[in-house]
Amino acid sequence: MESDIELHVDGRARQVRLDSRTTLLDALRDGLGATAPKKGCDHGQCGACTVLLDGRRVVTCLTFAIAHDGATVTTAEGLADGERLHPVQEAFIERDAFQCGFCTPGQVCSAVGMLAEVAEGRPSAATADLAGAVELSGEEIRERMSGNLCRCAAYGNIVDAIQDGAR
Amino acid sequence: MTEVMPPRALGQSPRRVDGPAKVTGTAPYAGDQRVTDPAYLELVQARVARGTVTGVDTTAALALDGVLAVLTPDNAPTLASTDDAELDAFRHEIGFRGQVVAAVVARTREIARQAAGLVRVEVDEHPHDVHLSADRDDLRAPEEVNAGFETDTDQGDVDAAMGEAAFSVDETYKTAWYNNNPMEPHTTTAQWTGDWLLLHDSTQGVHPTRETVAKVLGLDPEHVRVVAPHVGGGFGSKGTAHVHVVVAALAAQAVPGTPVKLALTRQQMFSLVGYRTPTIQRVRLGCDAGGRLSAVAVDVVEQTSRIKEYAEQTAVSSRMMYAAPNRRTTHRLAVLDVPVPSWMRAPGECPGMFALEAAVDELAIASGVDPVEFRIRNEPDVDPDSGKPFSSRNLVACLRDGARRFGWADRDPAPRVREEAGWLIGTGVASSTYPVNSMPGSVSTIRYVIPGRYRVEIGAADIGTGTWTSLAQVAADALGVPFEDVEMQIGDTALPNASVAGGSSGITSWGSTVVATARAFREKFGDDPDEGDEMTGEMPEASGDDYAMHAFGAQFAEVRVHVDTGEVRVPRLLGVFAAGRIVNPRLARSQLVGGMTMGLSMALHEESVLDERFGHVVNHDFAEYHIATNSDVPNVEAHWVEEDDPHVNPMGTKGIGEIGIVGTAAAIANAAYHATGVRVRELPLTLDHFLD
Amino acid sequence: MIPFDYERPSDVDGAIATATSRGSVAFLAGGTNLVDRMKLGVTEPELLVDLGGLPLDDVEELPDGGLRVGATVRNSDLAAHPVVLRDYPVLARALLSGASGQLRNLATTGGNLLQRTRCVYFQDVTTPCGKREPGTGCSAVGGSTRQHAILGASERCVATHPSDMAVAMAALDARVRVRGPEGERVIPLVDLHRLPGDEPERDTVLSGGDLITAVDLPPLPPGTRSLYRKVRDRASFAFALVSVAAVLRVEGGVVRDVRIALGGVAHKPWRATTAEEELLGGPATEEAFRRAAELELAAARPLSDNGFKVPLARNTIVAALRELSLEER
Repeated sequence: MESDIELHVDGRARQVRLDSRTTLLDALRDGLGATAPKKGCDHGQCGACTVLLDGRRVVTCLTFAIAHDGATVTTAEGLADGERLHPVQEAFIERDAFQCGFCTPGQVCSAVGMLAEVAEGRPSAATADLAGAVELSGEEIRERMSGNLCRCAAYGNIVDAIQDGAR
Repeated sequence: MTEVMPPRALGQSPRRVDGPAKVTGTAPYAGDQRVTDPAYLELVQARVARGTVTGVDTTAALALDGVLAVLTPDNAPTLASTDDAELDAFRHEIGFRGQVVAAVVARTREIARQAAGLVRVEVDEHPHDVHLSADRDDLRAPEEVNAGFETDTDQGDVDAAMGEAAFSVDETYKTAWYNNNPMEPHTTTAQWTGDWLLLHDSTQGVHPTRETVAKVLGLDPEHVRVVAPHVGGGFGSKGTAHVHVVVAALAAQAVPGTPVKLALTRQQMFSLVGYRTPTIQRVRLGCDAGGRLSAVAVDVVEQTSRIKEYAEQTAVSSRMMYAAPNRRTTHRLAVLDVPVPSWMRAPGECPGMFALEAAVDELAIASGVDPVEFRIRNEPDVDPDSGKPFSSRNLVACLRDGARRFGWADRDPAPRVREEAGWLIGTGVASSTYPVNSMPGSVSTIRYVIPGRYRVEIGAADIGTGTWTSLAQVAADALGVPFEDVEMQIGDTALPNASVAGGSSGITSWGSTVVATARAFREKFGDDPDEGDEMTGEMPEASGDDYAMHAFGAQFAEVRVHVDTGEVRVPRLLGVFAAGRIVNPRLARSQLVGGMTMGLSMALHEESVLDERFGHVVNHDFAEYHIATNSDVPNVEAHWVEEDDPHVNPMGTKGIGEIGIVGTAAAIANAAYHATGVRVRELPLTLDHFLD
Repeated sequence: MIPFDYERPSDVDGAIATATSRGSVAFLAGGTNLVDRMKLGVTEPELLVDLGGLPLDDVEELPDGGLRVGATVRNSDLAAHPVVLRDYPVLARALLSGASGQLRNLATTGGNLLQRTRCVYFQDVTTPCGKREPGTGCSAVGGSTRQHAILGASERCVATHPSDMAVAMAALDARVRVRGPEGERVIPLVDLHRLPGDEPERDTVLSGGDLITAVDLPPLPPGTRSLYRKVRDRASFAFALVSVAAVLRVEGGVVRDVRIALGGVAHKPWRATTAEEELLGGPATEEAFRRAAELELAAARPLSDNGFKVPLARNTIVAALRELSLEER
């Protein structure tokens, strides 16, 4: 079954015809030429395909594109304003929060989505007082970023970069 | 002795030049390269561990709209060379479960996947044998072990020394089957134009991959171009071309002119791209009453595949690590119907130093000597194996500096005496070492492109190591110009030949080449060249044959084990390394910390679980094959001591890609013993070991 | 994956009608498990009925003080709901310990309940599995069983249910509201999932066209405390080896209300009724907790690789009750 859907990707409305079996990840990569979301596992187990979908961080490999007609997608590429990088992206470079860089666009999107969740006061498994305010401690960031694997293990620098980028 | 350059850019910390491209996701990895109207390739794999393909029914697959071709053992083109059975794609003989037996090319990813499921493979199944054991009566001694080391060594009389030792350890240690699992799955896009083949490939060496592919397909290497400007990690698994590259090239041949994209699935990576062999290591150590080693013996049993031999050099670090007059090492292989093992970050040193450094901890405790002091007491004057002097050896400085930074002096050696909020706390130490490797054959070209701008061309790889940045620093100092005036061109066989990014040899090999080229450039054109001036130079003969050349390190771990649940955490890991001159501290720290974290992951989590009935790794994905998450890694610090080594290379560097993972698991296991009083001699240190 | 048709109805009855119109149908909610299984070839529906258009994404406070959670409420939204944070910390903790932030933003309440086992043999179509293909036996028995069941398993299946949320809901006496072709019914959550028995292919008591519309959480009496403790092989983003959801009310040192559910040990969230009966009305002491846990686990039948789950479950139950019985901090 083929369908036509529209996605708003990084500020541009894009029409795409796709197989109902096409995941949002494959639609972005193969159909629309977006290279930021990466396929690291294709089963929701690594986080490399993370984007902001209607403002919330999600993995794109475990959802069919057909279910997202009209949705807004922001990839790591769209977080930057041309040459001007998002503060989290700037901080990733300054803190050397990546090596091979393959998980990085997903890390960056996850970080931006996660910071919004913190700003909304949403707790995590690392939050001691569920009803209290959330502090952006290292432990909080690590727990919230644990859905983004990094085999080069830039984890500590990622935590530092997120703290810098949140300022 | 080589002439070591005075550092200017070397030792500075410029940010990664490819940083903006990587944080925006615009850096093109193999699967991101733009190609026009590609077709997609999907593999069909063997479901038995040993057998013969007697027929492949492709009718249903070919009937599917959008399927362009199905390759099978019956129709695949004959290869020019099948010397390497791993690369002999579409064999009738099945050597391991998961071997590629067919491949489907289709218009879309979805159709290719569906069609692969419709291919019916008929197999005459044979009994398989995948059981690794030290008790097998058919263990084989290889001719040599990886990197050309001797299989066995024997000096003095270990048995006699063990008999006379005041204290001794005779224990068996086991490491698991590990899969490299770089974040980027192995990806190849192949396209033929006439008899020219273009490969966008995720590889640690474009030129080595070209050589391999050209040989297997019988092509002139000049007719093969391999492109890999950015590589999403490799850790050894992309150091040699694996069968998928051959399959992609053959599939593209079936649809001439059409680019064919193949990205392995995470699951396929557990059988097709190499892995670290599991090891069983019997370690015997003896020492006198003062903790001075008299005997060091390591007998290793590990596995290889029946179709291709790979013998990990597990015991080699035990040959040179500590002084002892009586020493013996052996390597034996169980030849099994398993996937082909290969390189994984610090092959040999990594599993070998787990066993040696855990055993040293046990002997230190037995002899009543502090584990740091025990190692210092057994520092050799010269390489005990070769008798050569070390070009530089600062293990003791690493141990002392690490102990100071970690706060080791306050340590109570008694096990299981510290508890805090339900967690037992312990600390442990282990040494690290890795040889200084140098690969021959690299060539570079330096061109003065426009005023104030030098372009350095070499087909080197950046697999996350920072080559784009660090090699530019080397070139800048060699040319005597600012870092900003140098631009690199790497990762393409259209550039001059470069050796593989492996064995922590990148800067030594490519850097020496660039330095030699820069010196020749300056000699010919001076420091005020004209536009278009260029010089090509080769890797000079490696120096320092008269020396044993190694990097060293010391790692300290704090471990917490939960009293109720046995959960194991590593809140702190600290390493101090002596690895020659550090090119770029910002990037070097990342790499050392990354190695240590992979060591932590090995210690606590990683294990590929083989189901012997089927012959495959059953936990073949990231949900079940656990690597450390961000939460598992609260605090990892890497430091280094200043080290001047005039013998290694003109940069004075030793290579840092692998040493970080060496010894980490032992430091953690030793700390877990200190926390709990439970000595675990097999990895991973899962909670069940510590449950009451 | 075989091709499938896709429908996105806008009301519940329409969804059920569409689902009963064809033979091989699946409801699609967050997709985090269904899409996964479809990619693996484990589940091959010919029609997907997307529930994203249904008005089932509200959390509603009930007159009795309880909470009604719509079936398509996202796990992340439920975990952050102020009433859940205030009154049902066991549920918030369970949700927050499941999967990852990105997955919780997709996953839904109904989908979480109906996710299927992550048994490595179930998920690998190249190995026999009676849950996937009835009658083909169980590859886990005699194979790798670290993650598998110690309670209530059968020779046909030793898989575990992977949910954290459902374990907390089991301890909260949640009720599942189901609409089907025959109308609406309410099923106690502890009765939603089945033990494998001779029909491991059936995870739940639901049948074709049944749609979970909501989960009702009864109010907890004042003075009741609850927690969720998850033990796993890494610090985050892993399925439970053992988890414990515990609800406890102690007055004057006597257990007045206790509810314990275990995750990671059985084909369903395991309500530890034997332990509860042992504890109710008795002293809230470490010895009593331990005795109760041991009684519950007397029925455990560990496999080759998971014997450790018995002491682990015991210790985790004891630790959870110990913490809940300590004075308010």
